[in-house]
Amino acid sequence: MSRTNDFTVKIATVNGTGSASANTLLMKSIFRSGIPVMGKNYFPSNIQGLPTWYEIRVSREGHLARSGTVDLMVAMNAETYSRDVKEVAPGGYLVYDSTWPRPALLGRSDITVLGAPLAKMCNESFNGVRTRILMKNICYAGVLAALLDLDLERIRELLAETYAKKPQLVDSNMKAIALGHDYARQNFPCPLPLKVERMDRTGGHIMIDGNTAAALGCVFGGATVAAWYPITPSTSLMDAFKGFCDRTRVDAQTGAKRFAFIQAEDELAAIGMVIGASWNGCRAFTATSGPGISLMNEFLGLAYYAEIPAVVFDIQRVGPSTGMPTRTQQCDLMECAYASHGDTRHVCLYPANPEECFYMAAQALDLAERLETPVMVLSDLDIGMNDWMCRELKWDDAYRPDRGKVLDRAQIEKLEKFQRYLDKDGDGIPYRTLPGVHPKGAWFARGSGHSQYGTYTEDSTEYQIVLDRLLKKWDTARKLVPRAIIDATPGSDIGIVSIGSCDSAIHEALAILKGRGVGVNYMRVRSFPFSEDVERFLAAHRLLFVVEQNRDAQFRALLTLETAVEKSKLRSLLHYSGLPISSSFIVEGVLAEVLPKPQRKDAASA
Amino acid sequence: MTFIAKPKVVHPSLPRNALGLIRRDYEGALSTLCAGCGHDSITAAIVEACWRQALEPQNVVKLSGIGCSSKTTAYFVSGGHGFNSVHGRMPSIATGANAANRRLTYIGVSGDGDTLSIGLGQFCHAIRRNLDMLYIIENNGVYGLTKGQFSASADVGTKAKKGETNFQPPIDPVLLAMTLGASFVARSFSGDKQQLVPLIEAGLRHRGFALIDVLSPCVTFNDHEGSTKSYAYTREHYEPAVQADFVPPEREITAEYGAGESLAVTMHDGSRIMLRKLDEAYDPTDRGMAQARVQERLKSGEYLTGLLYVDADGSAEGGRREFHQINGTPEEPLNSLPYEVLSPGSQGLAKILARYR
Repeated sequence: MSRTNDFTVKIATVNGTGSASANTLLMKSIFRSGIPVMGKNYFPSNIQGLPTWYEIRVSREGHLARSGTVDLMVAMNAETYSRDVKEVAPGGYLVYDSTWPRPALLGRSDITVLGAPLAKMCNESFNGVRTRILMKNICYAGVLAALLDLDLERIRELLAETYAKKPQLVDSNMKAIALGHDYARQNFPCPLPLKVERMDRTGGHIMIDGNTAAALGCVFGGATVAAWYPITPSTSLMDAFKGFCDRTRVDAQTGAKRFAFIQAEDELAAIGMVIGASWNGCRAFTATSGPGISLMNEFLGLAYYAEIPAVVFDIQRVGPSTGMPTRTQQCDLMECAYASHGDTRHVCLYPANPEECFYMAAQALDLAERLETPVMVLSDLDIGMNDWMCRELKWDDAYRPDRGKVLDRAQIEKLEKFQRYLDKDGDGIPYRTLPGVHPKGAWFARGSGHSQYGTYTEDSTEYQIVLDRLLKKWDTARKLVPRAIIDATPGSDIGIVSIGSCDSAIHEALAILKGRGVGVNYMRVRSFPFSEDVERFLAAHRLLFVVEQNRDAQFRALLTLETAVEKSKLRSLLHYSGLPISSSFIVEGVLAEVLPKPQRKDAASA
Repeated sequence: MTFIAKPKVVHPSLPRNALGLIRRDYEGALSTLCAGCGHDSITAAIVEACWRQALEPQNVVKLSGIGCSSKTTAYFVSGGHGFNSVHGRMPSIATGANAANRRLTYIGVSGDGDTLSIGLGQFCHAIRRNLDMLYIIENNGVYGLTKGQFSASADVGTKAKKGETNFQPPIDPVLLAMTLGASFVARSFSGDKQQLVPLIEAGLRHRGFALIDVLSPCVTFNDHEGSTKSYAYTREHYEPAVQADFVPPEREITAEYGAGESLAVTMHDGSRIMLRKLDEAYDPTDRGMAQARVQERLKSGEYLTGLLYVDADGSAEGGRREFHQINGTPEEPLNSLPYEVLSPGSQGLAKILARYR
């Protein structure tokens, strides 16, 4: 089978050496050649010096998950050399810097090893230690450009966009590209069978990371207060929001900023600020990761019980505790669903890619105000920090924020008495008022026991009326949250149920399984509480694989707690290494269960 | 109980402020604190100050954390929104609320536990941001609702109701606020309404963070011999070990003193809270001098009171910008900006996305 537009390149470098720009350059030039491409960054929790990898998957079929194999390794880091060599698939290639001898390379005869004296060439052509290090990385991009047959003009065009304000850098970067490119053309069999050929499959698409997309969603959703405490991998969401606001929200005449961007002293304060601003009529949000959610628990319970909107982005990373801050997992599902002491349940949205991050950010702001409750958007490091190819984001100019049941001055004036927690409409959502509008609308927000009239209470009946009404509101939420996405063909009684960023690996797995004669249906749940279609899908299948990225089957636990599904029907496929889930993991897991035992071995290796 | 409505009888001769409102219009629900609690005097002082300042009740925002003091936000200005948040976290609620609407008047009421223990971090950072609010600490050196543990403002050598002696040095909110660059720092006593009301009025008017640390003795848990934050009033029949839950009826204590005099607020026995009125040579715009004087008096067990430091307009040496000035937000409150000026629209989106193609 042809490997044109269908292979994976992995680049091993040292953190802080500027390899990110070389890698982005490579990926983007493939994307601009019309070929579906994925880029994933496996980086350390470190500023400089530790090993880092970048994986580029080129897929003419449009499969954007981690493939699980490496066809071409660029081994630039001596420290990880021996393991990088081992990772190359048989028949694959390894490019290394031959400035220094690498006897360890001789360990494999089933791959092609290509040495280019990158450091030597750069040392001869550039001055300054830092420049030489940076250019060495651009230089390997030149080697790859020759090996993969990338269009040099496209690379120049990308550099010109990146360095629009420093044109002299375009020339020096192109010089480094040419060094690598020329060396490869003269010494290696260019292009390799793993090569790129122009296609037309990326029109109408963009390459964007989920944090940037979520930040854009907050801008378009009309958020004006953003408070946060820095934590990987959520920080880039806040940086992006500030960047977009600086571009679009500054008054041209006065210089006034139509947003407040507050770096809090910790996550407890960050969520407090969001709650305070929301209570006072702004759309406000914070972004954090698991450790931050732990700290926010108390305030989330207050916002749930006092019924105050708040939007929280949880860009999940590996736990428990500090865990591995720069690796990905879906390990906060339980923590977010039931955050805080007492009977609490929170609305959660589960985007699967940056496109959904954008739309769900705006939707979360609407839901939080409509439902007067915290809404959590559970993204993860893989979605948030990697560039994903997704459909171009669109905005409907007819959109207006849904501010929910907020009474204005005239409406308050007409009331005999304002009763904050009374269910007037039968949907469990009470009316609210904002400070500064009308003295008759004043109410007292509190986390202590309160009656439906908004007064303090220690009376059992009065307390229970409010608590039960909150459940009614929960049922209303079920109707308002995004529905599951179901991909089902009649006849199959086997299903995959999953969540968030497992999506692309599952789609690829479904195609592979179909090729092997195994038809599997698929439901991707997008919200908590679970929409009504979730229950129906679970009931309609004999066997269900619950695919998720944590050790303890948290999503499966949520399904068993919150639906009527029989536990015995559920099989967990749990991936929690910290790397994004691959399609092969899912294919193997499904086949191991569904194939008759004697056939299993043959089919799995077919 | 806060859910019992106060009877509202308006006599035509009651004085009215500029808005035509009487003092009653600035009151709230009935207090559920112990009779004679210093906090109720502070509530009365806030009512008086808001009435005198003729604030529109709906423009008053009342914020608090958890504790006896934090309950009091329900007891004044019922026409203003209140937010009784979580323990020690009121400043963050105030920060968000203030960010959303800079035109309202924010009054935070907290206690020494709420501010100096669990909420020390948020307190410090609200000062650093110079958040435009009045922050009142009702300081009694003790945890009341949990029955008498020392707070972080308890003095070395002071005795708890059950006899335990405190050996840990206190955190003084006034010195701390000055160190952190607060722009308005005052100390007062709940029994001195004449001093307190004008201070609250000044604090309400101050642009930026105004701190008033109000010594407010706890009649139930810190009013015994050996306590340094006491009215020092113990009835003869009162037995602390047996009658811990018995709350004796009290009347309020008032103190008056002239300039330059120091005064012990001691009613019966060994209470050693000393108040000292500012002398004429004191310059409340000199942060260094103010800090030195407060510290010097604390060493001898005396509390200097009054408006101790003020930087009214950010013009003092090392003067401070207020939160919104730092953020560059518009004069118009953020919560009133129309969506049209917030969204870049579909065309704006297309422009933004150019670099992601």
